[in-house]
Amino acid sequence: MSPSDFLMIPFSDWVNILVREWIVPNFRPFFRALQVPVSSVLNWLDAFFNFVPMVAFTAVLALIAYKTAGRGVAIFTLVALCFIDMIGLWPETMTTLSMILTSVFFCVVIGVPVGILAARSDRLWKITRPVLDIMQTIPSFVYLVPIVMLFGVGMAPGIIATIIFALPPIIRLTNLGIRNVRGDLIEAAEAFGSTPWQMLWEVQFPLALRTIMAGLNQTLMLALSMVVIAALIGAGGLGLTVYTGLGRLDVGGATAGGVGIVLLAIILDRITQALGEQQQVKTVSLRQTFASLFRLRAAPAGETRSAG
Amino acid sequence: MKAKLKVENVFKIFGDAPQDAVERLKRGEDKKTILEQTGQTVGVQDVSFEVPEASIFVVMGLSGSGKSTLVRMLNGLIKPSSGSILIDGDDVASCSAETLRNIRRNKIAMVFQHFALFPHKSVLENAAYGLKVKGVSAAERRKRGLEALERVGLDGYAESLPSALSGGMQQRVGLARGLATEPQILLMDEPFGALDPLIRREMQDELLALQKSLRKTIIFITHDLNEALLLGDRIAIMKDGRFVQVGTAQEIVANPADDYVAAFVADIDRGRVFTAETVANAPESVQLATDTAETAMQSMEDLNRNALYVLDGEEIAGVVTYQDLSTAVRENNGDLASALITDFPSVEGDAHLNTLYGPASAGLPIAVTDETNRLVGVVEPEAVFAQLSGDETSQGETPADTAPVAPARTVAPETA
Repeated sequence: MSPSDFLMIPFSDWVNILVREWIVPNFRPFFRALQVPVSSVLNWLDAFFNFVPMVAFTAVLALIAYKTAGRGVAIFTLVALCFIDMIGLWPETMTTLSMILTSVFFCVVIGVPVGILAARSDRLWKITRPVLDIMQTIPSFVYLVPIVMLFGVGMAPGIIATIIFALPPIIRLTNLGIRNVRGDLIEAAEAFGSTPWQMLWEVQFPLALRTIMAGLNQTLMLALSMVVIAALIGAGGLGLTVYTGLGRLDVGGATAGGVGIVLLAIILDRITQALGEQQQVKTVSLRQTFASLFRLRAAPAGETRSAG
Repeated sequence: MKAKLKVENVFKIFGDAPQDAVERLKRGEDKKTILEQTGQTVGVQDVSFEVPEASIFVVMGLSGSGKSTLVRMLNGLIKPSSGSILIDGDDVASCSAETLRNIRRNKIAMVFQHFALFPHKSVLENAAYGLKVKGVSAAERRKRGLEALERVGLDGYAESLPSALSGGMQQRVGLARGLATEPQILLMDEPFGALDPLIRREMQDELLALQKSLRKTIIFITHDLNEALLLGDRIAIMKDGRFVQVGTAQEIVANPADDYVAAFVADIDRGRVFTAETVANAPESVQLATDTAETAMQSMEDLNRNALYVLDGEEIAGVVTYQDLSTAVRENNGDLASALITDFPSVEGDAHLNTLYGPASAGLPIAVTDETNRLVGVVEPEAVFAQLSGDETSQGETPADTAPVAPARTVAPETA
């Protein structure tokens, strides 16, 4: 005896009707339009990374690693990128990198403002939280099908799936970072007559930046873990190498793709973590952080840390 | 002088039905009953006061007495449940956000207990924060920020981060930040509470020195009665959200309103509160040229004193004691000058009693003088100790009528 003896709910039919007969016919143009910005950012990045010669790219990334994370990471970056090139996966790696950066870019553009708004309004946070919980717990295969129905197959749908998967941490940590700014600092900013914008820009955002950077790092790692799944719906790059290897029972090919993903993940993780940790020594503005990255004078890592 | 800040019947209730609690308070129910029956917490109840321009008003109370809530209502960080807070006629409690922001930018600044410096900004940027918010240009900000830092003696640290400074120095930055916008009103929420006793003492003296030139209207919150008595032109003692007593340091120490205030006052150093004027007798004296030893002794007997000051015209020539005079009568034919002690102790009228211990040890009455060095009063050594012990009856030895008059005289110029 169970409730199903009395009533069966045709839940899957409902969802089918909702998606196939209402959302897809009515909203397909809207969703198609949504992928325009994603495609354009992606195409631009992809063209750029495939245009830059391997040697130049490796040198610049190693320099960035040296400036932010120190000598060890710089050497690792150099060796790892050479290895990827020598196993013949350079173009795939660049495609994956541009996909990852596109997803992370949109995660930041969406996630940071949402996190800030959620930090300012308890009501909005009450709504946002369960949505984030669902985004994090729902298996990504579940939303692959509707995404294909709405967006078709290809790179852009793959990136949209990645954005859905990688968005929650940056929203959560932006919210946390802003909420954790000391209450007396907020009071002080208010007591001197700051407008809400001044409060955000002068006090809350710079002080939350470290936590937001931790969120960015998490988002980046989640985006990397999606590349193989995104390959299922037509995204290219290293994910496709792994997926093809899997299909053909080609252990070597799949492993090569996998190693490429891992190496790329380690490099990006170390660099973004180091960017976050710099805040610990001295909290600097975002602009200064990027300025120090691109400063031509190569200072020793220790000096860079103490100076900025 | 007109009031810079006027607070009228302010209530603050924390809870979801503040008006109900305000009604109950007005009916005479107490804080505890209201909390038990309605779950509303009374922060501040029925507080009214005025602060005249350029004076220091100290609110003293223990933690939970509502003093921090009160000071936060003065610049609108907390909205009062009822009542009005007028700064130059604008009601902080009910004005628009825009007006409130302008008041905060131009008229009222705040110094915080735990400094509340922005850790990501340099000392100079911290000091100039109020100016930046106001939209002052970068060059002007730098100039005025440095001026403010110079005033608190920190101009050498402009580019350091606050974390590189000690607690005392950090609070100087907090003070510089408060002064940089040149507000007329400065709110200080237990500014020295987080500092070591020695640094605290130093900062208190410095604040008083600064106040002499700045002449701000200061509302100072503290839990330390000694600090309150040292700094305050007027002092309010706060308990359970209401003012128990408001008055000058001397009024509070001399006449505590209830047992609660009396318990506080019992522990304080009365020598730092009362001045020479409060224990001075009338400046009775004899003239060197016209009086003789006999007439001087006669005056002492009439006044019931053992020594008298001798004036040469307007100038103080010295002091004579009854004992020396009687010797003079026997041996020097009553020559007043022969018994004259020219090495006499003297103090200014506003000297605190704790500076009188040395002069009093000579056993001679102490001359109280004004700026032009004229005799305005005489302090008997016994009177100093009678005042310190707080024992009113022992003052019977000194003419009682001068004692109540004297404090009034010292109070008037400070508050007016």
